[in-house]
Amino acid sequence: MIHTIVKQIKQYKKPSLLTPLFATLEVIMEVLIPYVIAAIVDKGIDGGNINAVYRYGAIMLVLAMCSLMFGILAGKYAAAASAGLACNLRDSMYENIQRFSFSNIDKFSTAGLVTRMTTDVTNIQNAYQMVIRIAVRAPLMLICSMFMCFFIHVRMSLIFVVAIIFLGIVLISIVLTAMKIFDVVFKKYDDLNASVQENVTAIRVVKSYVREDYEKNKFGSAAENLYRLFSKAENVVVLNSPVMMLTIYGCVLALSWFGAKYVVAGSMTTGEMTSMFSYIMGILMSLMMLSMIFVMLTLSTASAKRIVEVLSEEPDLQNGENPVTEIADGSIDFHHVSFSYRQGSESETLKDIELHIKSGETIGIIGGTGCGKSSLVSLISRLYDVTEGSVCVGGRDVREYDCEVLRDNVAVVLQKNVLFSGTILENLRWGKEDATEEECRAVCIQACADDFIQQFPDKYNTYIEQGGTNVSGGQKQRLCIARALLKKPKILILDDSTSAVDTATDAKIRKAFAESIPGTTKLIISQRISSVQDADRILVLENGRLDGFGTHEELLVSNEIYREIYEAQIKGGGDFDEAAGGED
Amino acid sequence: MKRVLKYVWKDYKVSCIVVFLCIVLAALTNLKGLTFMEVLIDDYITPMIGSENPDFAGLFLALAQLAGYFAVGILCSYLYNRIMVNVTQGTMRNLRTALFNRMEALPIKYFDTHAHGDIMSVYTNDVDTLRQLISQSIPQTVNSAVTIVSVFWGMITNNIPLTLLSLFMVAIMLVTTKRIGKKSGYYFGAQQKDLGRVNGYIEEMMEGQKVVKVFCHEERSLEEFRKINEQLRNSADNANKFANIMMPINGNIGNISYVLCAVVGALLALNGYTGLTLGALITFLTLNRNFTQPITQISQQINAIVMAQAGAKRVFELMDEEPETDEGYVELVNAVQEAGGEIKEVQERTGFWAWKHPHKAEGTVTYTPLTGDVVFDDVDFGYDDKKMVLHNIKIFAAAGQKIAFVGSTGAGKTTITNLINRFYDIQDGKIRYDGINVNKIKKADLRRSLGIVLQDTHLFTGTVMENIRYGRLEASDEACIAAAKLANADSFITRLPDGYRTLLTGDGSNLSQGQRQLLAIARAAVADPPVLILDEATSSIDTRTERLVQEGMDHLMQGRTTFVIAHRLSTIKNADCIMVMEQGRIIERGNHEELIEKKGRYYQLYTGKFAS
Repeated sequence: MIHTIVKQIKQYKKPSLLTPLFATLEVIMEVLIPYVIAAIVDKGIDGGNINAVYRYGAIMLVLAMCSLMFGILAGKYAAAASAGLACNLRDSMYENIQRFSFSNIDKFSTAGLVTRMTTDVTNIQNAYQMVIRIAVRAPLMLICSMFMCFFIHVRMSLIFVVAIIFLGIVLISIVLTAMKIFDVVFKKYDDLNASVQENVTAIRVVKSYVREDYEKNKFGSAAENLYRLFSKAENVVVLNSPVMMLTIYGCVLALSWFGAKYVVAGSMTTGEMTSMFSYIMGILMSLMMLSMIFVMLTLSTASAKRIVEVLSEEPDLQNGENPVTEIADGSIDFHHVSFSYRQGSESETLKDIELHIKSGETIGIIGGTGCGKSSLVSLISRLYDVTEGSVCVGGRDVREYDCEVLRDNVAVVLQKNVLFSGTILENLRWGKEDATEEECRAVCIQACADDFIQQFPDKYNTYIEQGGTNVSGGQKQRLCIARALLKKPKILILDDSTSAVDTATDAKIRKAFAESIPGTTKLIISQRISSVQDADRILVLENGRLDGFGTHEELLVSNEIYREIYEAQIKGGGDFDEAAGGED
Repeated sequence: MKRVLKYVWKDYKVSCIVVFLCIVLAALTNLKGLTFMEVLIDDYITPMIGSENPDFAGLFLALAQLAGYFAVGILCSYLYNRIMVNVTQGTMRNLRTALFNRMEALPIKYFDTHAHGDIMSVYTNDVDTLRQLISQSIPQTVNSAVTIVSVFWGMITNNIPLTLLSLFMVAIMLVTTKRIGKKSGYYFGAQQKDLGRVNGYIEEMMEGQKVVKVFCHEERSLEEFRKINEQLRNSADNANKFANIMMPINGNIGNISYVLCAVVGALLALNGYTGLTLGALITFLTLNRNFTQPITQISQQINAIVMAQAGAKRVFELMDEEPETDEGYVELVNAVQEAGGEIKEVQERTGFWAWKHPHKAEGTVTYTPLTGDVVFDDVDFGYDDKKMVLHNIKIFAAAGQKIAFVGSTGAGKTTITNLINRFYDIQDGKIRYDGINVNKIKKADLRRSLGIVLQDTHLFTGTVMENIRYGRLEASDEACIAAAKLANADSFITRLPDGYRTLLTGDGSNLSQGQRQLLAIARAAVADPPVLILDEATSSIDTRTERLVQEGMDHLMQGRTTFVIAHRLSTIKNADCIMVMEQGRIIERGNHEELIEKKGRYYQLYTGKFAS
């Protein structure tokens, strides 16, 4: 896991190495300074030698300047290295996601990916900065200070060794205990936030059942519970500070007592005693830092894990060798196709589908939810790979084509479609980057979108908000169709793409298709009989199997499911609305 | 910022005082430890050096005394940290609960006009910045301030010229801190903004990732991302750079200050000016170090404080939102109808409800039985005062009648249902419920008498049973199951792994759309309200479940006044009255036959369906 993250340092190796180097130099300066301080006190002030004060003062000034310089450099490179690593992590994740196939995408939620690329990356950035600045510095400080202590006075340094071991053990056990409780706390915390989320989205339900007080009580007790757990965890953590103080004060007392004895006995100078004070502080501070790093690293492992999950996700669709870049025509053939979303899963979404569609045909597809309509068409543009059998377009297996060529020629208007923030023109040009305004207008006329676009004050330059919130459901669907048309595809697939468009306009769009793109193979998935009944042939799917395939009239006679749907919709039970499905 | 402090102070006065005292005491004992060096050197070590028989008894006593001080210090430190946990977490709890309580009281309008993500972010990010402020920044700042003051006192009593010199160096430190802080603050702001942009871009692109794939747009989407990612890297780099260099700069100004004091102090001491002793100088130098350190610490807190300020602003914005007002005084009470036709209020649930209407002027109380008769009298409504979306709406629904609304998207059907239960208040006209103006009815009682099944169903985390019981909290298990049976939900529920005890999470994401709808119907059924507002589902659910949902709704509608936004012919055909709506007006009304006869808009809609 760490390896994957470290690999992302890439061009920021230099600052990543310079940071600990300068941090080390800074530490050396910092360790030397108390020594010089001791010299000022002993040789200068104690000895009454003003020249010595000048001399050591000057040395200390130089050291301070060096320390300043190294400190600034370390800080600067640390920032560069960590911001760079974060940038690379985001970049690599984004790049990998772009290579994801549909089945890869299905594994992650949008919100999940956003958190991984923002909050989690920020956590790693902070942890990394801390590690390269302090992880080297703290142990080094510890070692240097220890060394200097031993250098000054061996026997007294032994006291500190005891203190350090004591402090180390206590700190680590505190951290470990607290971490365990925190694990539970964070889970509860997530639950609490989930309950807020629930209340925000379901506020109408809460209010119409007058359950405000009920929800308040529920939240109140959850908050109380969280408070207890948090306090419990924090109460363990706060032991840190008194233990730390106990150790420091213990050292001060010991140092004063033994120090006084040694100084009086002449085996130590006053200055040496003062600098020992500094070193002991340094040692304890670095222990504190180490425990902090430990906590920080543990906390960021969760983030690192989540990032690595995205980075190491292998796209499961790849171009074959020597991909074909030319598609002969818009014929589609399914040879004994079986498909399931999860490999090795028992339940197959599609079972043994045998299907032959000629180039230029219009095919309607109908069937209940979950019967496999969308899965069937998604195999054509190779959004997923078949589990068994083969899907051919233009007479060749889709796996032989270059993915980009295939998808340019097989245009899918997805059921769950989106527009992106930008003008209408910009959105349309997703279909063809260099499309002229005339071309765009032409496809919009076909998709019956031109009329409403002309009514916008800015017409084709109207800005679409994120998620297309400023256009209605039906308008959005028509824009999405126009966008797909702009590709001039050999095969056009509409996956329930006119559900929010009224029946009259729906019919108009289909008429336009028949007239303007007669050579394109058209597959139309719909819940509405009226949308498919005049197709050349209609395919009835039931539980992943082909139940019927023929014209409207044929199916009415021969296919029970089709007849059932027809009767339900036409006689009595059907939907009435102009814009069924588009209702908010 | 002041309000945060006030908020903490309000609930934790005693704790705050104790914490403050403890911090002062702990800082003072700490100082005692530092100045002890002077005593140690001047009073004990120096006189003993060279003596034949050094007497350590005095030193031992002094150390024992010092140990006592230290014990107090440790105790204080532990005490204030411990209390602070209580204060911080308690304040967090109070803050969250207060936020939540206020949120629950807000009108629907607030939720319709604010992004849900933004509301959530107040609970998570903004409250968290306040936690950091209360638990770390404030005590740290107080601690540093106390240390500064006490150390300063120690310095002044020690030596004035050297104190002035130290002060001068601190001034330099403050100036540089301010300058760097300003820069770093600027870049932190930029970083926040860039992060927001990256966040927005990722969200949009990930949401549309499948479209990106279908259009082979990967390269361009990556290119665009790289641009804003680079901007974020740049601002993050700068922000952290300035934050990082603050420490070494301040720390080394402190070192320089130390050297200067040492040199000047040595000159003074050696020449015997101002009576500076050797021990005093050494102590001063220690004090000098401890004077500059807390200043460095405070400067480290600046960023956290800036961020907390922004967080506090958003937290209190939500808390200051105007709650839904309720000036109603008519209550819904359990009642019994006595032989003479007189209605009497009772405590227990009788299944018979009455409106209790006090008349202030006469001091009398009248009871009106709840029947579910709803009248819209020339109602105008707009979500804001400028643009009316409903005009001259007149509806008369006698108890038990079924009123269907049809019309295209945006005609105002959903809006009407938002008015009956007063999610929004009307601008003009009157809505009467059993002859009482709905404005006079207590909102809670009004809503309790109305059942709503919305198109997008929302469920809560909990068992299936708990979700059904949401309709009436005191309903027995049997009542809930009966309701589920009525709603056609029982058969699928019993097939779930744990039946009625199956745990639903994430808005019932483990159920299908149709199943969730069936649960929502069951929930309304258990509430058993006299008036129903239904929004028929239009989303693509499979034919069989659809039929189940339809039947469930039909069962539910029996014997109740129902307002239904209808999409299905069967519903419309057996409605007592159909309202055909267009652009906020009712343009036609009547039953199915009458409207067909009329050959107007309804006829057009009805037949247009078969046009293809």
